[in-house]
Amino acid sequence: MNTVPSLPAQVAQIARRSLLRTLRQPAQIVPPVIFPLFLLAINASGLDAATMIPGFPSDSYVDFAMAFAFMQGAIFSMMNSGTDLARDVESGFLKRLAMTPMRRTALLVGQLAGVLAVTLLSGVVYLVVGLIAGVTVETGVAGVVVLFVLFGLIGLAFASLGAFVGLRSGSAEAVQGFFPLFFVALFLSSASLPRELIEQDWFRTVATYNPVSYLVEGIRSLFIFDWDGQALAVAFAIAAAVTCVGLAGAVRALRTQVVR
Amino acid sequence: MSTSHRDNGIEVEGLVREFKKGPRAVDGIDFAVAPGEIYGFLGPNGAGKSTTVLMLTTLLPPTAGTARVAGHDIVAGAAEVRASIGVALQDAALDPLLTGSEHMRLQTALQGVPKADRKRRGMELIERVGLADAADRKVGGYSGGMKRRLDLALALVHGPRLLFLDEPTTGLDPSSRSDLWDEVARLAREDGTTVFLTTQYLEEADVLADRVGIIDAGRIVAEGTPEALKAQIGRPALEIVPADIAQRDAAAEVLARFGEAAPAPPNAAAVRLTGGNDALAEVVRSLDAEGVRIADFQLHAPSLDDVFLAKTGKKLGGEDETGEHAAVAETPPAGPAGEREPVGSGSPR
Amino acid sequence: MRRFADVTGAVWWRSIHNFLTNPAFFLPSIIFPLFFFTAFAGGLSSVGDVPGFDFPAGYTAFQFCFVLLQASAFGGVFTGFGIASDFESGFARRMMLAAPNRLAILAGYLLVALTRAAIVITVLTVVALIAGMEVTGGPLDLFGMLLLAAILSLTATLFAAGVAFRTRTIQAGPAMQMPVFLVLFLAPVYVPVELLSGWVEAVAQVNPVTPLIEAARGLISGDAIDGLLAYGIGAGLLVVFAAWAVSGLRRAEAAGG
Repeated sequence: MNTVPSLPAQVAQIARRSLLRTLRQPAQIVPPVIFPLFLLAINASGLDAATMIPGFPSDSYVDFAMAFAFMQGAIFSMMNSGTDLARDVESGFLKRLAMTPMRRTALLVGQLAGVLAVTLLSGVVYLVVGLIAGVTVETGVAGVVVLFVLFGLIGLAFASLGAFVGLRSGSAEAVQGFFPLFFVALFLSSASLPRELIEQDWFRTVATYNPVSYLVEGIRSLFIFDWDGQALAVAFAIAAAVTCVGLAGAVRALRTQVVR
Repeated sequence: MSTSHRDNGIEVEGLVREFKKGPRAVDGIDFAVAPGEIYGFLGPNGAGKSTTVLMLTTLLPPTAGTARVAGHDIVAGAAEVRASIGVALQDAALDPLLTGSEHMRLQTALQGVPKADRKRRGMELIERVGLADAADRKVGGYSGGMKRRLDLALALVHGPRLLFLDEPTTGLDPSSRSDLWDEVARLAREDGTTVFLTTQYLEEADVLADRVGIIDAGRIVAEGTPEALKAQIGRPALEIVPADIAQRDAAAEVLARFGEAAPAPPNAAAVRLTGGNDALAEVVRSLDAEGVRIADFQLHAPSLDDVFLAKTGKKLGGEDETGEHAAVAETPPAGPAGEREPVGSGSPR
Repeated sequence: MRRFADVTGAVWWRSIHNFLTNPAFFLPSIIFPLFFFTAFAGGLSSVGDVPGFDFPAGYTAFQFCFVLLQASAFGGVFTGFGIASDFESGFARRMMLAAPNRLAILAGYLLVALTRAAIVITVLTVVALIAGMEVTGGPLDLFGMLLLAAILSLTATLFAAGVAFRTRTIQAGPAMQMPVFLVLFLAPVYVPVELLSGWVEAVAQVNPVTPLIEAARGLISGDAIDGLLAYGIGAGLLVVFAAWAVSGLRRAEAAGG
């Protein structure tokens, strides 16, 4: 007789599908890797002069800009998880899945796990390319470990927001419409310059209230400062809070999608 | 009629179009369309109909051969050809973001209608095709039939003496289709416009066309008036509906003695009578002798469908048919009827 | 000649009508340049304080020039998207059938790109002036700067049109967008070319767009520019890409639109 697979087995199934699905769509895997690296290369060279601004915290703009690349990777994970789940709603796959003994949480967790794997993988690429280009990590090997834990959590935060939007709207187009919004949030943060070096008052104010600034600063501290407990704690706290909000929303949206 | 000059027609000689990969889409065709005539160009998908239209309307240069449209060579006089013809292409290329009257404004400008006349001319045509109420709605919300009618009206803005319609009714429901037929027939009758019409619908050619050319695999396989072509086939089909459906196969067996099988609905059997109508009594007697009781029977005069089947060995739009029909249709390749084909009565070659 | 103008005008009218009446087309073309301008000029202004960054009109004007040229070029790329989708939908055939001379269609699209650029530049200029941009160049200098924007708009349109005529599908969008994007960003975006470092500097030194950007920055601040170089390159780009677009149009004609 058929037995219902265990929850971890269900999660693994969905994660595997999500991972394969992403890897088989070059349009989903190439931009998250290439785009941040391209911008990193442009900015590293184009804004290298910024290190000459008095008070700039690093003597290498590449070191400083690595966090920018990681944040873009996280935003792409929002895009990928959101469009995947929205397509599942659009295609009716979600309804079909609801007819099976599969648990709803398995769908969500599995999907997020798959997206997260791709996100972490692109993070490895950024770091390797960065190291080849001469990036130094001030906090050393332990810092790299913490970097990937933090990056994973930030990726999860954005992916769960994506899942929320995708499941709530059920439209891949709506998710893609949200995507630029996150890029705007990234650009209007302290990603390009430290907050205290932003001259325009209004821009500095926006960057100060923009939570993305603190995620960037947490990642960046690992590259350019020695251990900075406060920056890391704030980054972890914000990422965790966003993850909670995103997951709660996604679970709710999933419930209504399946019932409908 | 003032427009019936010689330069209102089409003359095609040895027209060929090759594409880089694949066979010749159009493989040396000759025909002529007289001024004021409605010429139906029939063929299945991929036979070369649209390629021919694209060449005659100067959208696609021919690989070899020549054609004169409205008195101008389609290569050397392409700009003059374009000025004399109206074209409604298969996909009714409309901009979903523009309204009907905005399309008119665009088309009258594209065609260089004098500025002062543009508005009046546009409204006139929109009314003529019955779209006055929808004129200020975006075309994105039009039905298929409305789009085709608008496309037809757009083709007429510069008063062309020659009209090309590429599958004008494909995908339309029957009532929109007959509306469009009425409009095309009126154009030819009242304005003396020459119409070159491609279609996969035999009925359309039968209703509208003065003359029909059948194209298959890039070659014209038959040409003539619908009546003449039907007369070439000459043999009626008999369709029997047995009272008991279980006797269908028995009925088909009996019928097979009197000719080759013909397409029939699932509850019936049909035969193309070899001996003409004279065999009718004999068929009924034989069925009686085999104990087949007849609920209904019909004698079909030959249609263009039959002509097409005989000329090409294919049924037009066969892929849409039920398995039963298609199976019967595909069996006779160039078939027995082909042997009896009288030599091209209507062909101008 | 009158028929040529009729067709050009009709093509222009239709695209601009759609552009202005559809927020989905209109807004992104306005918002993207404004966003770049805000993020660059607003967020990075302290870069203007770096030693060796001598730009009399200030960092806002410095970035304004880049965004001005970028928006002009991208307007051309978007116009190329329009051409490609007209071929994909078959709408191009309607124009090809009506035009005695099909170059009139290309001329119409070029006019579309210039009009779009003019609209975006107007909005961008108003925003920049409100944001306190200083202009130290004279009227003739500013005219010269707008001329550079027009040259870049036409060049990008001719390039994208050539791609669109050859591929006749909107799938070719990235093939139109990526090269323009790359060329623009492998140029002195944030700082003058002397302050660039690494490989981008090497590329920027030979990038044909670099002299155009530098000339625009020189003009807005009233500095002396190498006009012969900038306008010479501009003219060269126009000739090369006009040939590319016209030969593309001939290919589209041979393929049956």
